[in-house]
Amino acid sequence: MNQNTVVDGSEKSLLNFLGNLSGVDQTGANARAAMLGTRSIKTSSKAKAIDLAISMVDLTTLEGADTPEKVRALCSKAVRPDPSDPTVPSAGAICVYNDMVGIARNHLDSIGGSHIPVAAVATAFPAGRASMEVKLQDTTDALAAGAGEIDMVIDRGAFLSGRYMKVFSEIQQIRALCAHNAHLKVILETGELTTYDNVRKASFLAMLAGADFIKTSTGKISPAATPPVVLVMLEAVRDFHTMTGVRIGVKPAGGIRNTKDAIKQLVLVNETAGPEWLTPTLFRIGASALLNDLLMQRMKLRDGFYPSPTYVTID
Amino acid sequence: MSERIEVKKTYKLFIGGAFPRSESGRTYEIFAPDGSFIANPSLASRKDLRDAVVAARAAHAGWTAATAYNRGQILYRIAEMLEGRADQFAREIASLEGINEQDALQEVHSAIDQWVWYAGWSDKLSSIAGSTNQVSGPFYNFTIPEAMGVVAAIAPESPSLLGLVNAIAPIIVSGNTTIVLASTRSPLPAITFAEVLATSDLPHGVINILTGNKSELTPWFASHMDINGLDISGLEDSQMVNDVKIAGADNLKRIHSFHESASPQRILSFMEAKTIWHPIGI
Repeated sequence: MNQNTVVDGSEKSLLNFLGNLSGVDQTGANARAAMLGTRSIKTSSKAKAIDLAISMVDLTTLEGADTPEKVRALCSKAVRPDPSDPTVPSAGAICVYNDMVGIARNHLDSIGGSHIPVAAVATAFPAGRASMEVKLQDTTDALAAGAGEIDMVIDRGAFLSGRYMKVFSEIQQIRALCAHNAHLKVILETGELTTYDNVRKASFLAMLAGADFIKTSTGKISPAATPPVVLVMLEAVRDFHTMTGVRIGVKPAGGIRNTKDAIKQLVLVNETAGPEWLTPTLFRIGASALLNDLLMQRMKLRDGFYPSPTYVTID
Repeated sequence: MSERIEVKKTYKLFIGGAFPRSESGRTYEIFAPDGSFIANPSLASRKDLRDAVVAARAAHAGWTAATAYNRGQILYRIAEMLEGRADQFAREIASLEGINEQDALQEVHSAIDQWVWYAGWSDKLSSIAGSTNQVSGPFYNFTIPEAMGVVAAIAPESPSLLGLVNAIAPIIVSGNTTIVLASTRSPLPAITFAEVLATSDLPHGVINILTGNKSELTPWFASHMDINGLDISGLEDSQMVNDVKIAGADNLKRIHSFHESASPQRILSFMEAKTIWHPIGI
């Protein structure tokens, strides 16, 4: 891959590269994200944005209380988000814990959702506090059960204490396991990285190690996918593309609950990385409650009045 | 020392316990009957209404689950706070409605009395409107009135404060949550009322107050599928009343208009009867 032309895989070249990364202007990033958040998207543009956002949703359930039935219900919803309206596109993926992958895959295949990939959170999600053997086994299990995407967490403790090579090699090993069979999303957990400089650094670290996607958060920590953090990550993928010609995807997750938030994210994508990223193969939104709000907004545009939350399923 | 500059108040909406400006950024001007400028309250948009409905819906479970006694206590607490602001209300009403402050204070007092009258009904409703029913089977069968959910109201143009109290109190005392559209010409007492609510232990979102244009917002009140009931006592235009009834038919919205100000019927109209069959001898 072209990534290897940027660093040669040695610790020295990695540290050298990350050390020379330009810093992020925090005030500037906040201001630009806030400014882009004021864009007003209306009528036909809004209708398109809603459908695009629906096709980008990684419909997620990551609860200790998850049951096979809940996962199946979610899969059905991903295939046909609004049963009363076949023009609604299906969701981008289903995102579940490791042990639910097989259940989700089988159910999707049985209801005509074989085009929808199942993403598994792996590597001792959400904390990532386990031995490398456990993390590899976790990933192997998910792949064996039919996961098409692996959402791995990085070791934030190692990253924050400067052991970049440890994080780098962990991502590389998971990358090698996924090979060409599964997309690899690397979760940075930006809420724990404290500064935008760290977010930028971790984004590059993940991309250099072979991530297909960089993802903001696990959804278990707040703040999660705030607009400035997503802006910084989008700038990182844009810069990486300039450097290497490779387009890496971005997945904000956590805290995006309504249509307005989702459209703000799309504006950020368009204005930062560019319109090439406005596709489910390069931009996803990890969410659960968001889909219902998107559907309700869609009904409002279609019918001309506000629907009740009882018109969409409770998940 | 230079002459003092008075700090003018920004009149905002009351949604979910917070005081936001209108999402649309709009305001409108209100004038005294003699034509002098008074203030620039927010001109609420349909999105403000939608936000208010979301806040009211979220507040409903907690408010309706509170004991009737507790709801009565909170309403009484609001009356205590109203009492402390009586002079401010009187000044606002006097300037807006062009009456003298003595008469305005009279209106404030009757509004507070009315509020307390409704507060007293909270723990009496189920014994008066509920019943035990004779059935020909091994069951205890009883009927209790329950709050409907989110019930909105269009408050009358005047009397501004008394009209507002008459709109809100009977809706919320039973456990409904509400969105009320205040008097368009005289909205200031409604906003001051919101300040009272913000300091009276009332859970956020139980009462949401919008200021704005009746003819613009009323159709959205009528068609919104998550509003269960609507008090249109404040609508004067018969064409609008008709339109509201047609638009509200789609989700079987209970739409009522009342003439009496103090009547338990105002409370019961926005409640539903739940009948319980409890088996005996199992």
